[in-house]
Amino acid sequence: MKQRRLAVVPLPVSALVVLALASQITFAIVQARPQARAEELLTPPSAASLRAMSLGDPIPFAQLSTLWLQAFDNQPGVSIPFLDLDYGKVEAWLQRILELDPRGQYPLMMASQLYAQVPDARKQRQMLELVHHEFLVDPNRRWPWMAHAAIMAKHRLNDLPLALTYAQALTAYATGPEVPHWARQMEIFLYEDMGEYETARILLGGLLSSGAVQDPHETHFLIERLKALSGAEKPSSPSKK
Amino acid sequence: MPPVLNKVLTIARFTLLEAVRTRLLWIVLVILALLFLGSLFVQHISVTETARMQTGFLAATARTSAVFVLSLYLAGSMAREFNDKVVDLLLSLALPRAGYYFGKFLGYAGIAVGIAALTTLALAPLAPGVGLVLWGASLALELTLVAALALFCVITFTQIMPAISFVIAFYLLARSISAVRLLSTSQVLAPNDLTNRIVAHLVDALGWLLPGLDHFTSTAWLVDHTGSLSALALDAFQTLVYGSLLLGAGLFDLYRRNL
Repeated sequence: MKQRRLAVVPLPVSALVVLALASQITFAIVQARPQARAEELLTPPSAASLRAMSLGDPIPFAQLSTLWLQAFDNQPGVSIPFLDLDYGKVEAWLQRILELDPRGQYPLMMASQLYAQVPDARKQRQMLELVHHEFLVDPNRRWPWMAHAAIMAKHRLNDLPLALTYAQALTAYATGPEVPHWARQMEIFLYEDMGEYETARILLGGLLSSGAVQDPHETHFLIERLKALSGAEKPSSPSKK
Repeated sequence: MPPVLNKVLTIARFTLLEAVRTRLLWIVLVILALLFLGSLFVQHISVTETARMQTGFLAATARTSAVFVLSLYLAGSMAREFNDKVVDLLLSLALPRAGYYFGKFLGYAGIAVGIAALTTLALAPLAPGVGLVLWGASLALELTLVAALALFCVITFTQIMPAISFVIAFYLLARSISAVRLLSTSQVLAPNDLTNRIVAHLVDALGWLLPGLDHFTSTAWLVDHTGSLSALALDAFQTLVYGSLLLGAGLFDLYRRNL
């Protein structure tokens, strides 16, 4: 359908459009920017309720929930993000999202790389424990976050026993071919750092004799470590923090 | 009363009369009754905060249903007028196009207020008080904006399907634009990165062009009593500004149309 010329539109109508558009933009600009507030983070509904809300397609819903949760990082007036958040609620949300999308890695990345970085040891431990708990559900897929948690426990929390627990979990459960050897060898070097040379030596010897390590360079490096453990009573520099 | 205003009011009255005769009132009442039953189920299965859960469910679903019913009714009614050549007939009389448009809008705004009143009454047993009055007034404003939007869309697209699709997409975006703006400026995204900054500015620009519907008809006003007259005044101002824009845009299209 051909339209009539612009000139047929009365001037007051054109003026109304221009004026109203200018008013709308001005009104929107003078209003404060939307800001997330820590206290607005709600307790998540049950997994069943979230599934119902996702209308039978939980993955995009889980992804949207993740992005929504992520928006709580920029709280006004908080110099260190995440610190004011209720970590009980954060943990509950991350668990719900993982229930909706078990193959997604995003929630565990957020737990270990974002929420565990706050300068609050209790909150750090809470997030690392969440990673540990969820790692056990699918170790071969979620091992990177467990390895990161072990490093965090050792270097940030200075809690070698906790780091060892995580490293032992890696060795015991992350047994798939996609898991690199360094992740499974963390336990040995942590024993070494704790001064338990004998245990480290036994584990390293067992690893070498099992034939799991095929790379010649890696084998050479581990043999040298075994010699060092057998001959000397001091931890070596690569595993020192 | 000037003769043009008289004609405008007559069109508005007949628009309201049409809604009554096409049983829109009964449809709204049946939907509200079903939603009330649904809210009883929610209350029944809740472990704690049962009344809060029931009120929240009924408020959110009733608001969404009201928006859907109103826009669908308006699009159907206007499309029928176009198909039956009623518009051609009316405009052949001594009536400016603006008079016809304002008359229709007044009628639909009246229907919007009526639906808002019924919805508010449905919530009265659960959340009586000032909060409910503020919520109801805000719903009336929100539905008035939706009526203006749907009218503009029907005038522009003349068919129900594209008009309703646009209304729903616009409504969802306007309701969620604040959340989208928050997501686009997250500190996790390296805010100094040029691409992230461009995206954030584009989203901001989109936010300026949309009405802030997320400030309207908040369920927190009912369950947490956080509503205030100042918040309602902001809603009213937003309705005035954006309603004028939609009316102007609709009129612009109607004047350019070859009937």
